[in-house]
Amino acid sequence: MIVTYAVLDGFDLGVGIVHLYVGRTETERRTVLRSVGPVWDGNEVWLIAGGGALFFAFPKMYALAFSGFYLPLIMVLWLLILRGISIEFRSHIESVVWHPFWDVAFAGASAMLAIFFGAALGNIVRGVPLGGSGYFFLPLFTDFTTGGRVGILDWFTILMGLSSLVALALHGALWVTLKTPGEPRERARHLAGHLWWATLVMTVALLAVVPLVQPHLGARFPDEPWGVIFPVIAAAGLFAIRWFNRMGRARDAFLASCAYIAGMLFSVAFGLYPYVLPSNLNTAASLTIYNSSTTAYGLEVGLAWFIPGILLAIGYFIFVYRSFAGEVRLDEEGY
Amino acid sequence: MEALTVHRIQFAFTVVFHYLFPQLTMGLALLIVAMKTLALRTGDEHYNHAARFWARIFAINFAIGVVTGIPMEFQFGTNWAGFSRYSGGIIGQTLAMEGVFSFFLESSFLGAFLFGEKRLGPRLHWLAAFLVFLGSWLSGFFIIATNAWMQHPVAYQSGPNGALALKSFWELLLNPWLGWQYLHNMIASVVTASVVMAALGAFYLLASRDQDYGRLFIRIGVTAGLIASALLIFPTGDEQGRNVAYYQPVTLAAMEGLFRSAAGAPLAIIGQPDVQAETLDNPILVPRALSFLTYRRWMAEVRGLDAFPRDTWPDNIPLLYYSYHIMVGLGTIFVAVLALAGFLLWRGRLYDTPLMLWVLMLLAPFPYIATTAGWMTAELGRQPWLVYGLLRTAEGSSVAVSSGNVIFTLLGFAGIYSVLAVLFLFLVYLEVERGPEPETQAGPQAQTAA
Repeated sequence: MIVTYAVLDGFDLGVGIVHLYVGRTETERRTVLRSVGPVWDGNEVWLIAGGGALFFAFPKMYALAFSGFYLPLIMVLWLLILRGISIEFRSHIESVVWHPFWDVAFAGASAMLAIFFGAALGNIVRGVPLGGSGYFFLPLFTDFTTGGRVGILDWFTILMGLSSLVALALHGALWVTLKTPGEPRERARHLAGHLWWATLVMTVALLAVVPLVQPHLGARFPDEPWGVIFPVIAAAGLFAIRWFNRMGRARDAFLASCAYIAGMLFSVAFGLYPYVLPSNLNTAASLTIYNSSTTAYGLEVGLAWFIPGILLAIGYFIFVYRSFAGEVRLDEEGY
Repeated sequence: MEALTVHRIQFAFTVVFHYLFPQLTMGLALLIVAMKTLALRTGDEHYNHAARFWARIFAINFAIGVVTGIPMEFQFGTNWAGFSRYSGGIIGQTLAMEGVFSFFLESSFLGAFLFGEKRLGPRLHWLAAFLVFLGSWLSGFFIIATNAWMQHPVAYQSGPNGALALKSFWELLLNPWLGWQYLHNMIASVVTASVVMAALGAFYLLASRDQDYGRLFIRIGVTAGLIASALLIFPTGDEQGRNVAYYQPVTLAAMEGLFRSAAGAPLAIIGQPDVQAETLDNPILVPRALSFLTYRRWMAEVRGLDAFPRDTWPDNIPLLYYSYHIMVGLGTIFVAVLALAGFLLWRGRLYDTPLMLWVLMLLAPFPYIATTAGWMTAELGRQPWLVYGLLRTAEGSSVAVSSGNVIFTLLGFAGIYSVLAVLFLFLVYLEVERGPEPETQAGPQAQTAA
C-alpha cells in the first residue's frame, strides 16, 4: 500500500516540484498540470487506504507513531490541504495574479511534502525513543544528532528528506516527459538528466551513512540472501532511468523510476523486519509486527475484503487511465 | 487549558467544518443522478446543462470535503492515541473499508464525470455520475458504521495488550444502531442538497435571470426536499430516537431535559435546563407525549436523569438539550415550509408567489444548522463515553501530546479553515453569477469543467 502510494502520488508530487521550471508560460503550465489533473486525488486515496490498513492491522503502531510524530503529521495535513486546493482551485479564475499564486503554493507544498515523507521514513529507520511508558513524543528538532534525545529533524532525516525530494522530482520530470508535448517535454527531459545525478549522489550517500545510524538494517541480508533482490532492483532501476532517458524511451524511463522507488522502499522494509518502529533507547521496547498487530481473526477478515477491494480499485484505475491515455491536449475538457 | 479539553475542541471544530461539505455532496450526488436520468429520458438539454452546473458546485465542495476529511482519519492517531490503540482493531476495519471501497470509486469516477462528458458519451457519463453517487453513499455508510460502533459497541472481544479485537465481521456491519442512523443521516444530506437547490432556484427567479433553470431547480429541490424531510422525521428520526431510548436511556433523559422519572412523561417543546437545581425553567410541555413517542403508550414510565448515577450523565446537558431541540424544531419547520411550497407548486402558483420564493431562498443555511445540531446531539449524548460503556473520553486522548502543542495546531487549523471558507464562498459566488446557461461564444475556457 505504502509503496503504491509512493510510486503513484510520487509522480504527481514530483510534477508539482518541477512544474514551475518545465512550464514557463501559462499554456505550458496548464498542459503540465492537466497531465496529473484526472488522477491526483485517486493517487492520494492510496495514502488514506494505506493509513486505514495500518490502523486496523497495527492499531498500536498507529496510535504510538501518530501521536509521537504529532507536529510533523499535522503539518503534513496542512500541506496536503494547500496542495489539494491549489490544483483544484487554480483553474476557476482567469487572472495573471491568481494563477502564479497557486502555482507557487502547489510547488512549495509538493516539495515540502516530499521532504516530510522522506524525513518520516528516516525517523522510522533511525528509531524513536520508545521507553517504558509505551508512548513517546518527538519535538521538531533538538540538536540534530541521531542519538539520545532526538527530534524529527536531524542530519540523517534531513538527508533522507532531500533524497526523497530529488528522487520524486526525477520521477515527476519523467512523467512530464511521458505525458506532455513540445517545450515542457524537452525541458523535463533535460532536467531529469541533472536530477538523475543528484539522485545517484544521494543514494550513495545514504548507503554510506545508514549502517552508522541503524546497524540492524543490514543484518538480515546475510541470513536470507534472497532479500538482496530488492536493492538489486533499485540499482538496476536507477541505471535504467539514465539509459532510457538518453534513448528517449519515456515510458521505460518512467517505469524504471517506479522500480527504483519500489526497490528502495522494499529494501528498507525487508531490512527492518520484524521491526515496524524500532526504539533507539532499548531494543526490547521496539514495536514489531508481532507485538503491535491485532488478532489473527481481525487480520484474516481484513485481508478477505482488502484483496478484492484493491482489485476492484485497480480496475477503476485502469479504466480511468485508459480513458485519459495519451498525451495531454489543451483543447479538451480539464484543468 | 487542560489537554483533553483542547483535543476535544480541535476534533469538534475540524469535524463540524468538514461535514459542512460532504452533506451537500452526498445529497447532490443523488440529485445529479436524477438530472442525468431525466436528461436521458426526455432528451431535454436543460437537464444536462443543469447537471453540469451542479457538478461544478459539487467539485468545489468535494475538494474541500477531501482535504478537510484526511485530517479526521489522521486525528484518531495523533490526538486520540488511547482510543486508537484500544479500538483500532475494530474501527480501523470500517475506516479502511471506506478508503478501499468508496474513495477509490468516488475519486476515479468523479474525474471521469467532470472531464469525460465528450469522451464517454451520454450513457457512460450517466454511469460515471451513478458511481460517484454510489461511492459517496458507501463512504457515508462506513463512517456511520464507525460512529454506530462507538455509540453501541458490538462484535468485540478482548485482544492483545488490553485492547479490543474484532469478534465477528458481519455483526459489526449489522449493528442494530447502524441502519436507522445511516438512513437518517443520508436523508438529511438529501434535505440539505434539495433546500440549497430550491433556494438557488428561488434566487434566480427573484433576480429575474436564468428563469428556466430557476424553475427546474425549484421543481427538483422542493419535490425531493419534501419527501426527504418527511422521511427524516418518520420513520428514521422516530426509530433513531427509540434506539437512543433503548440503548442510551440516560442520553434520552438529558436530551429531553427530563430530570425526574415519570409515568406519562411530558414532551418539552421549549425550556432551559438548570442542572444545579435539576429543573427545566420556563417549560412549555405537551402532556404524556414523551411516553407515547418512546414506548407507544401514553402512560409508559420514562426514566429521568435521577434514575442514573451522576457519573454516567452526559457532561454538557444544556448544550445537548439545545442541540436536540434545534434539530427537531428545524426539521419540523422544513416539513411545514416544503409542504406549503409543494402545494403551491402543484397548484402552479409557486413561481409567481414572491413571498414563498423569499422564504425558500432564506431557508438555505438552516439544513446545515440542523445537521450540525443533529451530530452534536449524537456526540454530546454519547458523553462521558468515547466508546459507549467501555472507554471514557478522558481515557482516549493522546497523553504524550501536551496542551500547548494542541493549541498550536488548533490555531493553525482555525487559520487554514478560515482561508478555505473565504475561498469557498468566493468560488461558489462566481459559479452562481456565471449561471447554468452554457456560454455561447465558446473559447477554450468556456468548457473548463472545474
